[in-house]
Amino acid sequence: MVNHMPNSSSGPRVGLFVTCLADMFRPSVAFATVKLLEQAGCSVEVPERQTCCGQPAFNSGDRKTTADIARQTIDAFDGYEYVVGPSGSCIGMLHYYPEVFDPSDSYYQRALNLKSRSFEITSFLFDVIGANALQEQLKLLQFNHKVTYHDSCSGLRQMGIKQQPRQLLQQVQGVELEEMEEAETCCGFGGTFCVKYPEISNRMVSNKTDYISNTGAHTLLGGDLGCLLNMAGKLKREGKQVEARHVVEILAGMTDIPAIGEADYDLAQQL
Amino acid sequence: MQINTPFFKQRAHDALADENLQKALGNLKAGFPEKRAIAVDRMPEFEELRNQGRDLKNHILEHLDLYIEQFESKVIENGGQVHWARTAEDANQIILDLCKQVDAKTVTKGKSMVTEEIGLNDFLEANGVQPVETDLGEYILQLREDHPSHIIAPAIHLNLEDVSEAFHEHHKRPKSDDPAVLMQEAREVLRDKFVAADVGITGANFCVAETGSTIIVTNEGNGDLTQTLPKTHIVVTSIEKVVPTLEDMTLFLRLLARSATGQEFTVYNTLSTGPRREGDQDGPENFHVVLVDNGRSEMVGSEFQDMLRCIRCSACMNHCPVYGAVGGHSYGWVYPGPMGSVLTPQMIGIEKGGMLPNASTFCGKCESVCPVKIPLPKLMRHWREDEFQKHLQPKAARYGLAGWAFMAKRPALYKPYARMASWFMKRLAGKKGRIKKLPLAGGWTDWRDMPAPQGTTFMKAWKEQQKNGEQP
Repeated sequence: MVNHMPNSSSGPRVGLFVTCLADMFRPSVAFATVKLLEQAGCSVEVPERQTCCGQPAFNSGDRKTTADIARQTIDAFDGYEYVVGPSGSCIGMLHYYPEVFDPSDSYYQRALNLKSRSFEITSFLFDVIGANALQEQLKLLQFNHKVTYHDSCSGLRQMGIKQQPRQLLQQVQGVELEEMEEAETCCGFGGTFCVKYPEISNRMVSNKTDYISNTGAHTLLGGDLGCLLNMAGKLKREGKQVEARHVVEILAGMTDIPAIGEADYDLAQQL
Repeated sequence: MQINTPFFKQRAHDALADENLQKALGNLKAGFPEKRAIAVDRMPEFEELRNQGRDLKNHILEHLDLYIEQFESKVIENGGQVHWARTAEDANQIILDLCKQVDAKTVTKGKSMVTEEIGLNDFLEANGVQPVETDLGEYILQLREDHPSHIIAPAIHLNLEDVSEAFHEHHKRPKSDDPAVLMQEAREVLRDKFVAADVGITGANFCVAETGSTIIVTNEGNGDLTQTLPKTHIVVTSIEKVVPTLEDMTLFLRLLARSATGQEFTVYNTLSTGPRREGDQDGPENFHVVLVDNGRSEMVGSEFQDMLRCIRCSACMNHCPVYGAVGGHSYGWVYPGPMGSVLTPQMIGIEKGGMLPNASTFCGKCESVCPVKIPLPKLMRHWREDEFQKHLQPKAARYGLAGWAFMAKRPALYKPYARMASWFMKRLAGKKGRIKKLPLAGGWTDWRDMPAPQGTTFMKAWKEQQKNGEQP
């Protein structure tokens, strides 16, 4: 693959918020994000002291742990012009940080500041860098397949992400986007929801996989690994022949790596 | 009404396996949300109306004492009476006493969720007064000794066959599966009940402070017969229904009809302003308003105050994927769906109601369609915070969260742990790229495969790449 020397760019200095799912399940999604940011002229750094956004604690009602993790994240990403990650849900959580601090807390203002400079990757590329920023790179890519796009809830309703990934995808040669029925309906993942209420979650994801396969798409795309792991896992269990990928894998031209839950791939051996 | 909320999981399990129910829920999904979307599309200023509705409700809640007392004095000025009921028990007793005053044998009832909330029907029956539901859906439910599963379409969980059987059994007429015939049958049976009733009980969608009027909005006209024919009309409503002026009311009527059924206006919008006056052609001789609190005043000024903006349109449940999967009865008490998941713990206690605010993916669809922009997921999260503080969550969940939190707050520990987990799951998956059964994660792998990780973490791979100066 292409060489990338870190910090070689004069563009904005971006801190990558890896997200715990990309870190643990699909590092290639984070690498694709880095590649796109660098193509957009950013210099990318990965702060060492990041773990998870804290959403499991926030949504379980544990405000103290949420605030502890928020402080850790705010400190880790101090000084970056932008903070960008491959998830509307996790970046959305960063946007909730002001809610967990009392306005008199010194972290409150810093939380507001972090919120103002943190973006989900497709929204960052499209809304901040500009619609045509990656035009040259994207038009060199080929993905000759019908795809369908799942709008993840936080990305869509909290972060306003709908057109951004679609507009970027359309710049890739050969992509045919077929919208599924109820693309904006929750897939049933919901963090701990899917293990706390597995039967309801299962019904929701079963509805989803029906809508997905009804489109006849070759690949399901989305912007959040939580939802994608859920839907890919269900597609596999049902034996449906639809691949699932994070949208950045297409945009970064990294489709040589097997799709989610597909054949064996060992990143450790590539190192 | 019996509280079955702690059994939400079992009830949801049964509901998912109930083919009739699933068929009925399918009809709901294709009905209200699509009609709402069309109505909203036709009204470019709808979003602005939602903002106005939210702001006006907030203003009312800040001055609730002022408006509700203004409403009271106007009702009295008009010749009516107002009764304050702090609890459900108080409300039932007040209503029973009013019925006894006129020696009532039967009362007709318009559709009212507040009377469901206080369990009025059972109480009246136990005390020798026969209530007769006159809303078609509620009437069917009463015949079947059933309860509403939806706040505006109470019998949405039933199919035509269920109605046909109930009518055949109770009306002793030939069985029919023609909706028009069934409808005519109900009209004929109910007509006698309307005429015979000593008291008519309705709810109120809004109480207008400037005029002392209450209003009901219905699509069947049964409410009008309920409240105009008997000598006594009792309005049972709750304190947060008050609006300052008639004009304010019209704002909510516009929001309500579109959000609920996708109608531009509900068919019958009937105002009641005091008892019959001299020269009036019809109307009740006695007009009573029972103002129910039942936990609402505790919500004023609390983190749950926003919930009091609710105008009971049902848009949140109509659009909720959880409600759409399990139906209203799974929630185990009066109010289902997202609004019920916030309101129920307030009314029955978080100890019994805790299942509901947890049964949400926080997908946010409910908030996005709420006509008064109630942040329903945020309010459900507040209940989870309450549960967390009181240690009400299951032990496994609490310890699991604590263990995860310990790691997440210590990056130096977290990183090798994440690497190990990735490595372990990768080994478990073998060559297949996915795991069929993962220890301690049955909730996931009983229903779907677990896609395999890529063998190491990004943090590790990134570090290696930085050392080597290239991407893997």
